[in-house]
Amino acid sequence: MGNSSSMLTQYDIEEVQDHCSNTFSQQEIVSLYQRFCQLDRNGCGFISAEEFMTVPEFAVNPLSQRLFRMLDGLNFKEFVAFLSSFSSRASMQQKVEFIFRVYDSDGNGKVTFNEMLDILRDLTGQFISEQQREKVLGHVLEEAGYTKDSLLAQSDFMMILGNSSLKMEVEVPVD
Amino acid sequence: MSKLNTSSSELDFDRPNIEDYLPSGSIQEPHGQLRLHDLLDISPTLTEAAGAIVDDSFTRCFKSNPPEPWNWNIYLFPLWCLGVVVRYGFLFPLRVIVLTIGWIVFLSCYFPVHFLLKGHDKLRKKLERGLVELICSFFVASWTGVVKYHGPRPSMRPKQVFVANHTSMIDFIVLEQMCAFAVIMQKHPGWVGLLQSTILESLGCIWFNRSESKDREIVARKLREHVHGVDNNPLLIFPEGTCVNNHYTVMFKKGAFELGCTVCPIAIKYNKIFVDAFWNSRKQSFTTHLLQLMTSWAVVCDVWYLEPQNLKPGETAIEFAERVRDIISVRAGLKKVPWDGYLKYSRPSPKHRERKQESFAESVLRRLEE
Repeated sequence: MGNSSSMLTQYDIEEVQDHCSNTFSQQEIVSLYQRFCQLDRNGCGFISAEEFMTVPEFAVNPLSQRLFRMLDGLNFKEFVAFLSSFSSRASMQQKVEFIFRVYDSDGNGKVTFNEMLDILRDLTGQFISEQQREKVLGHVLEEAGYTKDSLLAQSDFMMILGNSSLKMEVEVPVD
Repeated sequence: MSKLNTSSSELDFDRPNIEDYLPSGSIQEPHGQLRLHDLLDISPTLTEAAGAIVDDSFTRCFKSNPPEPWNWNIYLFPLWCLGVVVRYGFLFPLRVIVLTIGWIVFLSCYFPVHFLLKGHDKLRKKLERGLVELICSFFVASWTGVVKYHGPRPSMRPKQVFVANHTSMIDFIVLEQMCAFAVIMQKHPGWVGLLQSTILESLGCIWFNRSESKDREIVARKLREHVHGVDNNPLLIFPEGTCVNNHYTVMFKKGAFELGCTVCPIAIKYNKIFVDAFWNSRKQSFTTHLLQLMTSWAVVCDVWYLEPQNLKPGETAIEFAERVRDIISVRAGLKKVPWDGYLKYSRPSPKHRERKQESFAESVLRRLEE
């Protein structure tokens, strides 16, 4: 009467813990593994974008399409690493880095005006016009001492977001 | 600001409000002037997304719960082994025999009745009804069904529909042995489909295909005709439209609540002490599901026939459906989730996403003006 959690040995769990720099406890990793198997419906060892879309709460998220770039075809280690930024043990640096990666769609380490505009478009959809969006973003950028042409690096993000109380925690249910 | 109101008027009125159920608190209402930090901070949305990946209420509705192992103990293990021998070596063959006898009796009576009594419609219907109830009792006996019925038995009268929560096709058998209902069901392949189109057809059951959209209209028309017939069998609808694991209820489709009839709720709760009665149709066929039931000690369940409900003045069909779902959920001890069970087969509509976008856009514009 073995259940799926017993398929992970102590070594496996420690390896995954290493990979996510110990942001999850062993119990949490076991829970995440059960969840991973549940989402991986065809049992091929990774979760496709299509399989993530079977979770309606995720599918209705305004940023779901953008997150696919980071999510498609994750194996278990990468799955845990993806979620590690949401652990309560993750540092502020890790959380900001995650947000930065969501913005930085071409992965060149710089966030441009257009990349910020893309996210804002995802979040507001048809409810703000394109011109208005550009105006709003330009306005707040200038107010914070940047211009439309500035390239924001991760250190800028750290400065802007890091000193606030960034609430980015997800509890892993442990039974 | 005028742009904001364009689509809110048409936002879906055909389903319960999902926001009422989702965890709140992640979206707080910030005030004061809009700053760069407020636009760049996407953490609430990301947290929601990650939360849904880690755990979500929809998947939980369709999760079969594996039995808790209780036999890992030197004293209990031999007992458990003995149980296996008894269940598979003794109970199972006995049950197969019972079921075979049931079928022989049923078929040898059904066909003569069906073909010889063509002229006597009333008598024929009555006998057929009795026979279907009989075969259903044989089915229940074949898993040693310990079913406790509470409340008054359903009566036959026009203008009433029965609605029940849905866990497995055996719900139908359990209810049918007390009273021959006409049921609305998904058309199944294989031997179940054969039964559907021959025997159950004579009870006035209505079949449809979930994926065919034009079936929906035909079913709606047939429903109306059936309900207003005087001598028809009472109508039974599973408004969830799909099997749920008996811990949750998903959205009730409003079809049953728009007929202008009295709605009689039925709550069904299975006791999982011996076997999980949830039919996970993705994982197993109905035949394996039945075999699983037939090799267990017993299927224990409670059925409550609840107080008939009518549409209150000023109430919409959706509110009515939600109210009836409330009654059933409370009685059977089920948790309510807002999702449409058909999301197993399709994607949620973009309207839910648009509502989130709208509220964010609203807060951005409002704070810009401050």
